[in-house]
Amino acid sequence: MGRPLPGAPLHPWARSHGVGSGPVPIHSKDNPGRTPVIVGIGQSDYPKAPHLDGIGHHVQSAQRALADSGVAKADIDGYATVGMGNDDGAVNMAEYLGINHRYIDGTMTGGSSFEFHVQHASEAIRAGLCDTVLITYGSDFLSRMGRTLGTGGFARAGQHVGGAAQWEAPYGNTLVGAYAMAAKRHMHEYGTTPEHLAEIAVGVREYAGLNPDAMYRDPITVEDVINSRMVADPLHKLDCCVVSDGGGALILTTAERARDLRQPPVYVLGSAGGETHWNISQMPDFTSTAAARCGPEALARAGVTTDDVDTIQFYDSFTITVLLLLEGLGFCKKGEGGPFVAEGHLRRGGDLPLNTDGGGLSSCHSGMRGIFLLIEATKQLRHQAGEAQVPDCEIAVACGSGGWLSAIGTVVLGRSHP
Amino acid sequence: MTVELRSCDQPWTRPIPVAGEFWAAAAEGRLLIQHCPACGHRQFYPRAWCTACGAEPAWEEVSGRGTVHTFTVIRQQGAKPFRDEIPYVVAIVELEEGPRMMANITGCPVEDVSIGMAVRAYVVEAEPGVGVPFWEPAPPASTS
Repeated sequence: MGRPLPGAPLHPWARSHGVGSGPVPIHSKDNPGRTPVIVGIGQSDYPKAPHLDGIGHHVQSAQRALADSGVAKADIDGYATVGMGNDDGAVNMAEYLGINHRYIDGTMTGGSSFEFHVQHASEAIRAGLCDTVLITYGSDFLSRMGRTLGTGGFARAGQHVGGAAQWEAPYGNTLVGAYAMAAKRHMHEYGTTPEHLAEIAVGVREYAGLNPDAMYRDPITVEDVINSRMVADPLHKLDCCVVSDGGGALILTTAERARDLRQPPVYVLGSAGGETHWNISQMPDFTSTAAARCGPEALARAGVTTDDVDTIQFYDSFTITVLLLLEGLGFCKKGEGGPFVAEGHLRRGGDLPLNTDGGGLSSCHSGMRGIFLLIEATKQLRHQAGEAQVPDCEIAVACGSGGWLSAIGTVVLGRSHP
Repeated sequence: MTVELRSCDQPWTRPIPVAGEFWAAAAEGRLLIQHCPACGHRQFYPRAWCTACGAEPAWEEVSGRGTVHTFTVIRQQGAKPFRDEIPYVVAIVELEEGPRMMANITGCPVEDVSIGMAVRAYVVEAEPGVGVPFWEPAPPASTS
């Protein structure tokens, strides 16, 4: 359990209970030993794993993260997850995994939940609430529900609905349709073209070709994307992510503890999150997301600028998602995402390689993809990404989008600490 | 605005406080949004408080006229009853009074829908006392 740091006084409660590191200075520059780092990553079998249920994906990912890091299970005193249903929420999973936590987080912001979990866990570690946090995710979406997620898989005829869903349910919108309305508005205001969006899918597919586990690996062209079936105008089939099975796990701890572990630590340099709406009909500006605020905030906390970033792992539920995040974080001006993408920055060999694991567009998307962004960013910063390795990778940004471009979480990771 | 009765089995709301008044009024051919007496903010969907200042908002009947802010044409949909209706338009309509709401645009080919086009509301009575607004192209100004 927690070890008090030299000179850090224990809170009376912690002393009497014999646990906890006690209050420590919040700013890690005053206490560099408590700088939060990612020390373990694990991914369960994907893209199709009928031998695992959702919890099985949590477990296999966590086992692989423990093995990767060298962390002992008994040292985990913090836990975070987001459930797909009742049985895999944070409290149930903590019980299932047998984690006697001092810190727990069940924040649910959809696919970006894990960026929020890392933000919260980092500050909890820095503050001494806990020392070692496990974050897990697992989903058997493809094996359980097929490919229906984006096109009406949850709707049922004749049902009564309540809450905010009642203002949308009668109109038969789909998940794809929600993002399509953002893409349509962006095209209207800024002249973005279907070819611009297609370029994103083409570049990510090139990286999928380097990932033997990716769901789709054959190269595609812009024409292939444009000629693929229209699902919801203006988004074609190849503008949409895959539906897969898959899970992931991360282990975070202090820089001090990382010295005794297996992997080079990856530093959480800065993070921020935000939400502009939840339901798509409440989106205040269909061409802008919460990334416009939380992206620059996270970069500023990390003390870096967009020019310092070597690779981006961005939520690619749809091609338009990437475009809006790029503009939000300030890699290009608002409205200029289309021409920026067309210049090839995001491609293999470009100056800002995107989704080097093949992304959700071509490799793995089991419903809430945010944890895979952090896992791939960590691989890149460890220089363990194999053929997909970005040369001299020092700074990576993971940016998750949850809901319907609703809740955005940005995490800036580094190979070293400034 | 006139009320037409059309058969349908889309998912409807279960009338509840605040929201229930909207659906009941729609069944009578009145389209409601909220207007805050404290700060003047207008909002949709209806809530128990003003999202701008936190005060209790009041109801305001609106014209039922608006424009298409953005839209998509749904061409793949697995759920009943919608799968039998593809292709159809899902849109965000911006009301003349400001707030936006989700909508279907009916009464014209999907190819004719565009951002900025003028639309007007009509209501389908889903079940007794529950009206659901839908939208169709507005007639030219000279004849409206």
